Amino acid sequence: MISIENLVKDYGETRALNSISIKIPRGQVIGLLGPNGAGKSTTLRILTGYIKPTSGQIKVKGLDVTEHSTEVKKMIGYLPESAPLYTEMLVWDYLNYIADLRGIKKPYKTERIKELAGLCGISEVMHRPVRSLSKGYKQRVGLAQALMDDPEILVLDEPTSGLDPNQIAEIRSIIREIGKEKTVIFSTHILSEAEAVCSRVVIINKGSIAADGSTEMLRTGGKTEQRIQLLLKGGSEDKIRKLFRAAEGLEILELADNKDGLLVIIGSENDKREDIYRMIKQTDLIMLEMNLQRQTLENIFRELTREAV
Amino acid sequence: MRLQSVNTVFKRELKAFLVSPSAYIVITIYLALTGWFFFSTFFLAGRADMRSFFNLMPLLFSFTIPAVTMRLFSEEYSTGSFEMLKTQPLTSADIVGGKFLSALAFIALMLVPTLAYALSISFIGELDWGPVIGGYIGALLMAGAYCAIGILASSATRNQIVAFILSAAVCVVLSLIDQLIWVLPSGLAGVLSRIGTAYHFTNVSKGIIDSRDLVYFVSVIFMALYGSWLLNQEKE
Repeated sequence: MISIENLVKDYGETRALNSISIKIPRGQVIGLLGPNGAGKSTTLRILTGYIKPTSGQIKVKGLDVTEHSTEVKKMIGYLPESAPLYTEMLVWDYLNYIADLRGIKKPYKTERIKELAGLCGISEVMHRPVRSLSKGYKQRVGLAQALMDDPEILVLDEPTSGLDPNQIAEIRSIIREIGKEKTVIFSTHILSEAEAVCSRVVIINKGSIAADGSTEMLRTGGKTEQRIQLLLKGGSEDKIRKLFRAAEGLEILELADNKDGLLVIIGSENDKREDIYRMIKQTDLIMLEMNLQRQTLENIFRELTREAV
Repeated sequence: MRLQSVNTVFKRELKAFLVSPSAYIVITIYLALTGWFFFSTFFLAGRADMRSFFNLMPLLFSFTIPAVTMRLFSEEYSTGSFEMLKTQPLTSADIVGGKFLSALAFIALMLVPTLAYALSISFIGELDWGPVIGGYIGALLMAGAYCAIGILASSATRNQIVAFILSAAVCVVLSLIDQLIWVLPSGLAGVLSRIGTAYHFTNVSKGIIDSRDLVYFVSVIFMALYGSWLLNQEKE
């Protein structure tokens, strides 16, 4: 559906994008993740035809976005960062204007605008000027605008930034709803969001792709090492060290005093919880807690993006 | 360039003019100034014509039109709404064309009340309508040229004040250049006075519509709009 090939973008001396390639099949919900200034917005702006790449290309359904920009723009609904709308217009007038630009004809127009108002939850602000809307409402008007002519591809640049938790949840549920039928590409620097909404995450850092895969794959990606956290009572540090040294494939990563006992973090090749349980059972140690530490996207993100700093 | 897209942009921009208070301030100032300058000499001269009204026009337009056009692109750049506009299925030509026509339409609306001068003069004296009609045609052509220059300046900067100053400066020079030629060598004088708008405007406002004057105005409009189109292509 969309193929991004060796995309490079220079702003004067600085290279904002350094050879990015992503292929996005139809119907995927994909999150572009990265710290601020990583090149997410630049990628989306090239995709939507707002700026031109220095080299490389983006093809949507085989059409180059710079050569066939009008055709491609027709297929894409785009919500730029922080939804820059015309502030003096009424919401209704604004959506009406977008409908005209998108070539929606009279008999369907009113119906479509009403439908979108319902979907995006803006029915009650339709007759207010955009200027007077809160950030959350502006974002929703922007979303309604992007959905106007039911485009095949929806591109959202930081759709939830600056919103309160309730608004974030609402926007996410709208995205998830839309994502059932459409290709959705959105950028965010909030990881939990990517996890909650997308099936695939591309992490961009310093203009290059740092990781690309499903959220599940990224979590286990590359590393099979598991960390198991134990809270043990009734033993000394030495005793515990000795116990685990004897066991095969288990390594103590951390050992610390805790108010209830000793906190031990064990590293192993794969999930060895059963073995550990049996081992502890044979001693007189009391196990208060045992859990498998999941590698969170947060950790992966931090690891991937810190290296480059 | 699609007519429907141009029309959509045109309608939105004209509406934006008509709901903004600054537009009415510009109209008021324009009408007050023309009224005052015109009628303060009208009864002294005692001639039933509108020549002094049209003589003022190049200079007055040099300030009122940039004030109208300055926001057209600069405001969109600074609020970011340009990104919204540019990612809609439109070409840059649609955008430039729609905005140009809206500014010109607004200036035409601004001129409508001045028809009252012509009507009231025709009641009290024998008004020769030829130069009046020619004057209005010339005014629209000149307004077109200044609107296009204003749009070019507005597409060059995100700062409306800068856009205003740039376009007002260019328009003032074009309006006054034929009055400055006495400081220039006589060889250049003829050429330079023809670069100015006043020379061509005076021709048209005499009621003689010559193709040379038409070509002049149309080419200024075209060049400035083309420049704006190029800047829009380059805009990042």
